[in-house]
Amino acid sequence: MREVQVSEVTEVIKKLCMDANYYLPEDVYNALQEALKKEKSPVGRSVLEMIIRNADIAREEKVAICQDCGLAVIFMEIGQDVKFVGGDLKEAIFEGVRQGYKDGYLRKSTCHPFTRANVGDNTPPVIHFDIVPGDKIHIVLAPKGGGSENMSRVTMLAPGAGLKGVKDFVVQRCSEAGGNPCPPVIVGVGVGGTFERSAFLAKKALLRPLGKPNPDLELAAAEQEMLERINKLGMGPMGWGGTTYALAVHFEMEPCHIASLPCAVNINCHAARHKEAVI
Amino acid sequence: MAEEKIRLTTPLTDEDVGKLKVGDTVLISGVIYTGRDAAHMRMVAALDKGESLPFDVKGQVIYFVGPAPAKPGWAIGSAGPTTSYRMDAFSPRLIELGLKGMIGKGGRAQEVIDACVKYKCVYFGAVGGAGALLAKSIKKAEVIAYEDLGPEAVRRLEVEDFPVIVVNDVYGNDLEKEGRKKYAVE
Repeated sequence: MREVQVSEVTEVIKKLCMDANYYLPEDVYNALQEALKKEKSPVGRSVLEMIIRNADIAREEKVAICQDCGLAVIFMEIGQDVKFVGGDLKEAIFEGVRQGYKDGYLRKSTCHPFTRANVGDNTPPVIHFDIVPGDKIHIVLAPKGGGSENMSRVTMLAPGAGLKGVKDFVVQRCSEAGGNPCPPVIVGVGVGGTFERSAFLAKKALLRPLGKPNPDLELAAAEQEMLERINKLGMGPMGWGGTTYALAVHFEMEPCHIASLPCAVNINCHAARHKEAVI
Repeated sequence: MAEEKIRLTTPLTDEDVGKLKVGDTVLISGVIYTGRDAAHMRMVAALDKGESLPFDVKGQVIYFVGPAPAKPGWAIGSAGPTTSYRMDAFSPRLIELGLKGMIGKGGRAQEVIDACVKYKCVYFGAVGGAGALLAKSIKKAEVIAYEDLGPEAVRRLEVEDFPVIVVNDVYGNDLEKEGRKKYAVE
C-alpha cells in the first residue's frame, strides 16, 4: 500500500480550484480562435473576440474567467493500492475547495435551495469517486456554472425512439436553450445505464479533449450530424445570430435496461474549465 | 460589437431609450445597480408590503450580476451577466416603476418584452463569460443593500463605456429572433 496524507489532497484541490478558474484549457482557446475565422455574423465575431480577450486577461492577471466560478465538480480516481492517512478524505477535499475559493478570490455560489442563504465557502463540492488499479490518485476538477447547467436535461426515451430520437432531443434542447447557456457551448450527450448514469455520462463527455470524436464510428457520425444541425439553427454566439452555437458535441454511450433508453444532455458554456492532477 | 457605438450616460430618459434599436452597440457610463435572483425576490416582496426599494429605480439600469470578490487593486472581481429569464417574473414590476434598462444574457419572456414597449425600457445583452474583461469597465463598486446575500447583494457600480448590445428595444423587436432568422440554414 502507498500512504497518502489527506493534507496533500487539500493542497492539490486548492490549486486546481484556482488554476481551473484562471486558465482556459488550450483546446477550448484554440477552438474559439477557429470559430472566429469561420463565424459569418459580425456581431458573432465581436462576441468571440471579447471571449478570447477575456481569457487572455484572466490568464495574465490571474482572475476568474467568469464571475460564476461554479460548483466544484470533482472526478477522483483512486488507485486500489492507496491508503489515505492523517484524517478524513472527504473533509480534506472540502477544505481544499474552501481554501481555493477564498484565497483565489473566486465567487462562492452554493446556497440553501429555499432561503437562498449563501453557504459562504462554496461547499459542498460534487464528488465522483472511482476505484482503479494502481497506487496513484487522478483528480479532475471542473467548475460548473449555473447558467449552462440549468439548460441541461435528462429524458427517458422509449427504446423505439432509437438514435434518431436521441439526436432530435439533443437538437431540440439546444434550440430551446438559445442564448441562455453562454454559447458557443459544448454539448455533452450521455445515453445508457439508468436515469442518473446517463447524466453522469453526459457530464463526463464534457471532459473529453474538445472536438476529439468518439472512437465508435457510428457515434462519431452522430456527433458530427448533431453539431451541424445545431449550428444550422442560426443562433450563434450568445444567441444573437450567427453560425457558431456549439463548438462540439461529445457523445458517450453504455448499455441500458431492456425497457429503457435514458438520454441526458449536459450543456457547458464556452468557459469549459477543467484542470487535472495526479498524486 | 457593431462598428458604430452609441454612448449613453445614466440615468436614462424616454428619449435616450427611444433612439435605440435592436442590434445597436451601446457603451454605458455612469451609475448602474446590480441585482439578481435573491435581490429581485426581496425587492418585489418589499413592494408587496408597501415598503420602499433600496434605490429609486426611476431612470435607472439594473445589471443582472453576482460578481466575484475583488482582488487587491481591482474595483470588483469578474463581473459578467447572469441569465435573465430568471428575473422575468419580477422585472415588469420594476419597469412599471420607471426602470429604463436591464443588462443580462439570454432571452426574455413576452411579458417583459411587452412591459418594455408599454413603459419604455430596453433590455441590453452583455457578453456572458467575459467577466474579467467587463470588470475593467467598472470603476467603483459598493454594496448598498442586502449585504447578507453575499454575491447577490445590491451594489452601486460606477461604469465607464460598459459594452452592451440592444436585445429588446422599446418597439417590441427581439435580437435573438431576428438573429436566428438571418443565419438559419434550412
